[in-house]
Amino acid sequence: MASTQSTIRIVPAGHTKRAKSDLMRQRLRAAGWFLVPMLIALAIVAGWPLLRTIYFSFTNASLTNLYGAEWVGFKNYLNWTVLKSGRVIWSGLLSDPAWWNAVWNTVRFSIISVTLETILGTVVALVLNAEFKGRGLVRAAILIPWAIPTIVSARMWGWMLNDQFGIINDVLLTFGLIDHKIAWTASSDTAMIAVLIVDVWKTTPFMALLILAGLQMIPRDIYEAAALDGVHPVKTFWKVTLPLVRPALMVAVIFRLLDAMRIFDLIYVLTPNSSQTKTISVLARENLIDFDKFAYGSAQSTMLFLIIALMTILYIWLGKVRFDGGDR
Amino acid sequence: MSAGLKLKQVKKAYGSVQVLHGIDLDIKSGEFVVFVGPSGCGKSTLLRLIAGLEDITEGTLEIGDAVVNTLPPSKRGIAMVFQSYALYPHMTVYENMAFGLKLAKASQGEQDRRVREAAEMLQITPYLDRLPKQLSGGQRQRVAIGRAIVRDPKVFLFDEPLSNLDAALRVATRLEIAKLHERMADTTMIYVTHDQVEAMTLADRIVVLNYGVVEQIGTPMELYHTPENLFVARFIGSPAMNIVSATIASTGAPATVQPDTGNPVVVNAEVAATYLDAKATFGVRPEDLTPTDGPGLFTGTVSIVEKLGEVTLVYLDTGLPEPITVKIDGDVEIAKGATLTVTAPADRLHLFDDNGAAFPRMRLSNAAA
Repeated sequence: MASTQSTIRIVPAGHTKRAKSDLMRQRLRAAGWFLVPMLIALAIVAGWPLLRTIYFSFTNASLTNLYGAEWVGFKNYLNWTVLKSGRVIWSGLLSDPAWWNAVWNTVRFSIISVTLETILGTVVALVLNAEFKGRGLVRAAILIPWAIPTIVSARMWGWMLNDQFGIINDVLLTFGLIDHKIAWTASSDTAMIAVLIVDVWKTTPFMALLILAGLQMIPRDIYEAAALDGVHPVKTFWKVTLPLVRPALMVAVIFRLLDAMRIFDLIYVLTPNSSQTKTISVLARENLIDFDKFAYGSAQSTMLFLIIALMTILYIWLGKVRFDGGDR
Repeated sequence: MSAGLKLKQVKKAYGSVQVLHGIDLDIKSGEFVVFVGPSGCGKSTLLRLIAGLEDITEGTLEIGDAVVNTLPPSKRGIAMVFQSYALYPHMTVYENMAFGLKLAKASQGEQDRRVREAAEMLQITPYLDRLPKQLSGGQRQRVAIGRAIVRDPKVFLFDEPLSNLDAALRVATRLEIAKLHERMADTTMIYVTHDQVEAMTLADRIVVLNYGVVEQIGTPMELYHTPENLFVARFIGSPAMNIVSATIASTGAPATVQPDTGNPVVVNAEVAATYLDAKATFGVRPEDLTPTDGPGLFTGTVSIVEKLGEVTLVYLDTGLPEPITVKIDGDVEIAKGATLTVTAPADRLHLFDDNGAAFPRMRLSNAAA
């Protein structure tokens, strides 16, 4: 049962020595034609912008002078000039503290939010997997945060977290949990926490649904066998449920991780201009548009692409993730 | 280690739907009992109640001499083999079998000894390091049985263990289970199936269930020769018994009945005088009917001939609503459209009253059983 990731494999012509039957060739041709529209669409909306961005990152392009851009090599990434005094002055992305701050924010945000969402999502999925009255209603209700557009929920939470009029401060004060109003989104201590709260609230349902789908693949009689074996419910979770739901869980985590690494909208709306929460995407947009450093912003975007690609490859390789539904 | 079971008025209801209506059952230690019945008769539910996978709504269940109604499954001294095997897919055969022991904190040596012993018994030793997905259906089922053996249960439960296997494997595994019962003679076994061949071949006693009620409990031969009611008469035996509606023409022992069409028939049954002219049905198994030249039980035209090799099934159109099935020797040539008269000895006829209950047989027929 070696893993076959796709059922249709397109073998390059002339690659196999043995002549394929007419029927097989016909099928491959048909499969190819079905793929063409999607490949064209992908090339236009994903391939071209990506190549352009990579190209611009090696030029001195600016918003006002996109087409007169000149090739500058790796200058946007890293460059140095040696002064007469012998001092070396570094410039470029990799020597920019703002860049490294954004990288750190992005990584911190991704790891914390995905971890919390995975744990909470698993808990929610386990609850939803149990039989109880009104389960359908609860399942629908739990999806609501995910269905609300991010801009709307960010605005909504922005008001709830408002230092003067926000309900969060009001509730916490009433219950005596805090003794003074906190400027959640503005204060440098709490800005990241605020962003994390909103993101966890918003995307836990997504995780829960993906994990729930995995849980429902586990046949019920395995739990009955475990009950006969006298396995404690907690142990059943660790020894039976978790290993069996792992393939689904790994896929869910990678989806979320990809999403979290490129977070933009929530942070842009909830905590604009806070260096505590500025992620790579926010920084790149700032350079691309606000600062008119189009090439520099392109270099940051390209780096983000590389970082995400690298993390994904590492994750799939180390985690032995399989996208074909696990080992059952 | 072994134990009998006692079920007293066991009932099960899901909400307002009553699934089992008061089951009374006494299973002796070391007995092989088969629950058989059509789909939805409650046989699997009954097994799951015994296993503790479902709650008993009413009544008591004793294993050994203790009431176990509220004991969790793992404390009842039972082991169960599931229809779908229910092996842990992420564990090897060895781990699957040792899992329960490991959690029960059995020593490493003890675990190993018991797993290897069971594996040896079932000839799965070469597969101990494999995952369930690397095994065939029959091998998986043997692992599931092995996992149950390792628990050293007092009561062994089988829930349709052969229904996911192909025909040839089913026969082979059936024989293995029979051998297993011989080797584990002290262990009580309860086996659920809808297949009457499995029931007949494996059981010491069969419990026939229908709509949550016990229709009859008895040895395979008792069920075959002296079914207590119409349901059991129809359910046991293949092809099914021919059933003909009639009226009681004369009472006493033997009694005479008048079928809706044809001649009066003498049946070796005791019928009380009050039943005179009452509606009744009599049944005769296809294998008890033999062709005859003289006057017989049924005469009709042959509508279908099914040749199975060793036997031939002949369907007779006699003017009755249902064709009469006759099982004759496979060597006899018989053509479609021919006229055939068949007869059966009086002690091979079964007589049932209007409610489907069998009239008592005359002594003579009991001796034959």
